[in-house]
Amino acid sequence: MRMIKTLRLATAALALAGTALTPSVLAEDIAVTGGTAFTNGGKGKVDNATVLMSDGKIVSVTAGGAVPDGYRTLDASGKWVTVGFMSSGGSLGLGEVSLSGDNNDATAAKAKDTINMDVAYSLNPYNAIIANTRIEGVTRAVSQFSRSKDNWIGTGSVIQLGGTTADAMVVRGKAFIHLDVDEGAARGNGGSRSALWAEVIKKLEDAKPKPKDDMADEDKEGDKKADKKKPKEKTGGKKLLADLFAGKLRLQINAHRASDIRQVIALQKRYGFNVMLTGAREAWMVADELAAANIAVLLNPLDNLPSRFDMLASTSQNASRLHAAGVKIAFLPPDTNNSRLVVQSAGNAVAMGLPWETAMDAMTVNPAAIFGVSDSYGTLEKGMDADVVVWDGDPLEVMSSPDAVFIQGEQIELVSRQTKLRDRYKEIPRAPGFKK
Amino acid sequence: MTNLKLLPGRVARPAAATLALTLLLAACGQSDTRQGEHASINRDPFPSSYTALPSETTVIVNATILDGKGGRIEGGSLLIENGKIKAVADVITPPDGARVIDGTGRWVTPGIIDVHSHLGVYASPGTQSHSDGNEVGEPVTAGVWAEHSVWPQDPGFGRAAAGGITALQILPGSANLVGGRSVTLKNVPGRVAQDMKFPGAPYGMKMACGENPKRVYGSKRGTYFSRPGTRMGNVHGYRQAWSDAQDYQRRWDKYERDYQAGKDVLPPARDLRLDTLAGVLRGEIGVHMHCYRADDMGTMLDVMKEFKYQIASFQHAVESYKIADKLAENGVCSAMWADWYGFKMEAYDGIRENVPFVHNAGACAIVHSDSASGIQRLNQEAAKALADGRKAGLDISKADAWQWLSLNPAKSLGIADQTGTLEAGKNADVVLWSADPFSVYAKADITFVDGAVVHDRADKTKQRVADFELGHVGEGDVK
Repeated sequence: MRMIKTLRLATAALALAGTALTPSVLAEDIAVTGGTAFTNGGKGKVDNATVLMSDGKIVSVTAGGAVPDGYRTLDASGKWVTVGFMSSGGSLGLGEVSLSGDNNDATAAKAKDTINMDVAYSLNPYNAIIANTRIEGVTRAVSQFSRSKDNWIGTGSVIQLGGTTADAMVVRGKAFIHLDVDEGAARGNGGSRSALWAEVIKKLEDAKPKPKDDMADEDKEGDKKADKKKPKEKTGGKKLLADLFAGKLRLQINAHRASDIRQVIALQKRYGFNVMLTGAREAWMVADELAAANIAVLLNPLDNLPSRFDMLASTSQNASRLHAAGVKIAFLPPDTNNSRLVVQSAGNAVAMGLPWETAMDAMTVNPAAIFGVSDSYGTLEKGMDADVVVWDGDPLEVMSSPDAVFIQGEQIELVSRQTKLRDRYKEIPRAPGFKK
Repeated sequence: MTNLKLLPGRVARPAAATLALTLLLAACGQSDTRQGEHASINRDPFPSSYTALPSETTVIVNATILDGKGGRIEGGSLLIENGKIKAVADVITPPDGARVIDGTGRWVTPGIIDVHSHLGVYASPGTQSHSDGNEVGEPVTAGVWAEHSVWPQDPGFGRAAAGGITALQILPGSANLVGGRSVTLKNVPGRVAQDMKFPGAPYGMKMACGENPKRVYGSKRGTYFSRPGTRMGNVHGYRQAWSDAQDYQRRWDKYERDYQAGKDVLPPARDLRLDTLAGVLRGEIGVHMHCYRADDMGTMLDVMKEFKYQIASFQHAVESYKIADKLAENGVCSAMWADWYGFKMEAYDGIRENVPFVHNAGACAIVHSDSASGIQRLNQEAAKALADGRKAGLDISKADAWQWLSLNPAKSLGIADQTGTLEAGKNADVVLWSADPFSVYAKADITFVDGAVVHDRADKTKQRVADFELGHVGEGDVK
């Protein structure tokens, strides 16, 4: 499979050379040597690291290790080597220009079945925001819808940012169902939290597997005996809810107010779902209960204003307090265009008291575990996808940037629409676009 | 009901009436020695009630000092006395009784000035009741003043102080071609907006190019009020407004001449909208214009010349890098984000090197926030822009880059004679940073406005808690 993909990429690269942005060059056997590697795994920090990549995977990370024959060497002396980071929210690949621009596939305001939405149909690998993001060291993202007709907002997927097809990009499709129960959702869905929650519970009760018709609807309308014995296959949103009950899908719930979060914890206890909390401004007030319930939290560490009445206790200490209580955390980007700034947010979380190593985890191993992709992503360890970034300094520093980016072992050209505009206008031209 | 002043001729009609009346009076009243009371316009009806908070003589010693005009002193000292900067030097002997702060490992800079904030006019919590920034309904609302919307209890002001903000311009939003007057505030607690008004700061006026006005009005298609619906409609709107303002100013000038000549003349009807626009034409009010695209800015430079006014700054200006030479020639500042881009078509060509490229062309570059969150970390925005500029091969020092945060903003607001640099005699608007402020890990330890501590990270009593926050969860928490 790997070879086929590589060949396809190579052909695409040749065909498109000089006209459009090609995400990557060939997957080779590559050694990144001499840098300080942060493995986010058992080895922790490795000085003078030799990071070997082959066939898209990490082969080894060793201090001062030799480079085997046939490997291309990239010298990272004096540099920092990390896993490519993951942004745990946003709608990457689902639209170019959100306001008065093209159709924004992230906002499915007229969706008929608001659970049964899969980002794969909308994902565009050549979306310009993707290239802008990956050259800044963010190689993975959760991509999900921002809005639907009601408070069920489709499913979200984990994507890698180096593929040339939606299939190649999706690492874990339909990883979770997204449910919104915050104050805004209450306003739009019944006008009251009490109306919203009644609807949520009713929908789940309706979808709950009955003892006799495990995983399926009974055909109540059919009067033929044969039909009665042959239950209908569930489809669409109903199938996805059945998968949720079966533990095949996770449930992501957006809530902020502490009392709303307690409802989320109660929901998890009632149904036993694998729940993650997102937004979560006041989660620190419920930190011990979240830890006990093993509910992970996705948050923006910069949120510190009482932006709404369900966010009054917002504080920059949210991340560090949740971490101290034993809650697994990951970081949301400020918005989709600024997905790359999730790294700056992580730096600020450290400035406000979160351990540096935890901030790194919150962009690597933590989201890997939360979204169910730990088998292939999150650490620099043998057998993992080779998402590797070489930084010119502490990656969390605002003045640092990547010198090299690899996604699944393929080196990404550090080129985007933005770098092309930069290069065109560095010396201000009289007639842009014409060669001098 | 939308304001009828939009209708053609409505503005001109009273002018004609006044003119006719003046002619009549002139014809039969030449020898009449009785004159009515002279009508004059109070240009400052909402005067600043700011008074400096108590301050003490303070010396910060052994710190890295960026003076804000390109200079850097290692292990330097700064003396604050009577709310002013008394001295900046390698060594200063503290006067008796002075508070001495050890600046070892720490940095000192001028206070940050944000030229683009909506604190107070779009306050937190962002309830509908707090939406006070856009007077939508007619595209030219030069008669509205942002200070009448500013809620001094917006918790955002205190958060901004924790980020080293000492002064800020509060602007109306960008829904309208002319959004109204801005106000420059000192970032101090106040009971009323006037308590925060920067004494002596000239007024600004917000204008907007491009997508926003044409989206807000153009969406009401098929009615008279759907104008402007295009960029050319926008430009028509600006030019008609300036033309009306010229006419208005001529009428007032004539009134003054006639009155001085001893004639018994009635003053022109007061038009609050045209008062502000005429103030710009007289050079008393600076224009701060929301404008993204290079071609939109190019158009406005010509409108500026046609009507002989000065644009102090283009705001957002994500394509300034394409015309930085023209901006330098015309003396127009660009207030920019470090890296926001792409959320609408006119922001699509934003690049990370915009700020350093504008700086490199010799034009006035400003880092702004337009955000209650971003305003808390403008030092980091400057740091990102600096790093991107260096990576693109530009040689810019941190000392020079700090001009994007203090001096250039102060220039564009017309307050550079009072603040923006660490120079003897200027207001002691100063930030003591825990470390190099170009690092993500640095925090403002102490923020001084006129020598008074308006935020101290180590002193709970010097961390602002807004009235709104009292009695709510999170009151007094670390923010």
